[in-house]
Amino acid sequence: MLELKDLHVYYGGIHALKGIDIKVNEGEIVTLVGANGSGKTTTLRTISGLETLKSGNILFKGKDLKKVTASEIVKMGISHVPEGRRVFADMSVYENLEIGAFTRKDKSEIEKDIQNIYSLFPILYERKNQSASTLSGGEQQMLAIGRALLSRPELLLLDEPSMGLAPLIVKDIFDIIVDINKKGTTILLVEQNANMALQCANRAYIIKNGKIELEGKASELLNHDEVKNAYLGG
Amino acid sequence: MKILNKKNILSILAILIVYAIVELLTHLGVIDSYIQLNLILIGINIILAVSLNLITGFTGQFSLGHAAFMSIGAYTSGIVTAKLGLPFIVGIIAAAVVASIAGIIIGIPTLRLRGDYLAIATLGFGEIVKIIAINNDYIGGAVGLNDIPQYTNWTWTYFLVVLTVFIIYNFIKSYHGRACIAIREDEIAAEAMGVNTTYYKILVFTIGAFFAGIAGALYANYFSFIKPDSFGFMKSVDILVIVVFGGLGSISGSIIGAIALSLISVFLQNIPELRMVIYAVILFLIMVYRPQGIMGNVELKLFNKKGGLNGYAGSK
Repeated sequence: MLELKDLHVYYGGIHALKGIDIKVNEGEIVTLVGANGSGKTTTLRTISGLETLKSGNILFKGKDLKKVTASEIVKMGISHVPEGRRVFADMSVYENLEIGAFTRKDKSEIEKDIQNIYSLFPILYERKNQSASTLSGGEQQMLAIGRALLSRPELLLLDEPSMGLAPLIVKDIFDIIVDINKKGTTILLVEQNANMALQCANRAYIIKNGKIELEGKASELLNHDEVKNAYLGG
Repeated sequence: MKILNKKNILSILAILIVYAIVELLTHLGVIDSYIQLNLILIGINIILAVSLNLITGFTGQFSLGHAAFMSIGAYTSGIVTAKLGLPFIVGIIAAAVVASIAGIIIGIPTLRLRGDYLAIATLGFGEIVKIIAINNDYIGGAVGLNDIPQYTNWTWTYFLVVLTVFIIYNFIKSYHGRACIAIREDEIAAEAMGVNTTYYKILVFTIGAFFAGIAGALYANYFSFIKPDSFGFMKSVDILVIVVFGGLGSISGSIIGAIALSLISVFLQNIPELRMVIYAVILFLIMVYRPQGIMGNVELKLFNKKGGLNGYAGSK
């Protein structure tokens, strides 16, 4: 479904991605695990058109995304939950969800989808008229995921959904991610919490200094000695 | 939603009643030319403040060049009415169109910038417009353009204020307005949701410039004399002060701010030596005790949905 071929991205003089190759098949959860500054977020931002790539290709359902703008990419079916949640603080929960459906025009379907998000995250229904800034970290993460789902993506890009959340809430969020995947959305998940990510993913890539170091089945990488030492705390 | 519901009919009635009262008082001689001057200045300031609020308050783009768009509108209308001898309506339309073209031209390169950088770039734009006006003999250079026919009156000003508020209010309440507020809240998240941020930033810049151009035309055809210095950096700051004072992200705030600040400076004219000091102290106190501005980002609503009179305003 999604294929990155020899992707190179620069920030000014800094060579952030040095030839990334990643493949995501339909229906999978693929995770990209790595330390701070290894290029995980850059990879996601490049896929969704927020960064420009220097060379290489991004193919989504066979189409090249190189010259496509960020808003067109959303329309094609890729939705991005950015790092650090980034909800619209002064807008209500409901208005946040509405913006998630910005690229769609089918009003009654949007309303139906918002109700679906409420049943997926009942807490958002309780707080639908509250401004997003009053939500807790976990609730904001749920809102960010719900908002991204409203564009009806085929591929959901998740950037560190566990960031700054208590372990119990992290578990909830991951359960929901698996649930979303079962309902038919393909997921590319970027995580520092390698343990959680590898447990819920089908396949995984380990990224280091802008290069893919290892790839394989998530369950195999979970028991891989090198991975254990470097990312899972021995 | 029906267009002719009770609320809208009441709003139209209220607009017409205010107009009729002022007209009546003018005929009775209660409103003399001095009061009329101030009413027109308030009207011009409302148009400027509401249009800047769209750019700065609702879309979050910090612009210090609003007076430059006003200046372009003033000179355009001045040329069209004085030099070409065309009617006022042509002058107003030309002013709005030329100013919005300038908005597009300046918007495309500068709106890639954010925050402080955008402020400095728009400031530079304001100075460029001023220098061009000073060095162009056709429009009078530093001396200014005079003998502009005095067409602006209470009627023109009032209905152009109503038009400005109506269009900008409805724009903000629309699908597009929601996108602009999303850009203010978080530009990256807005982009990730599929909002074409560059397009919307240029669009609001152009709409803001359009109405600033109209304000400029009203100004030029009221005072019948304009000079480049009238539209300098300080004028841009004055408009920004009204917007911040009234509340970033509140149209009623901008209207109240324009009226309040104009009245304050009228009353302070009797004590010229302390005028700017007291003005500054008032602004200072407002910013310390109400940093979100008088209205915050809440709209004042005279009528509720069913058409009853609201006691105290304040639903979003």
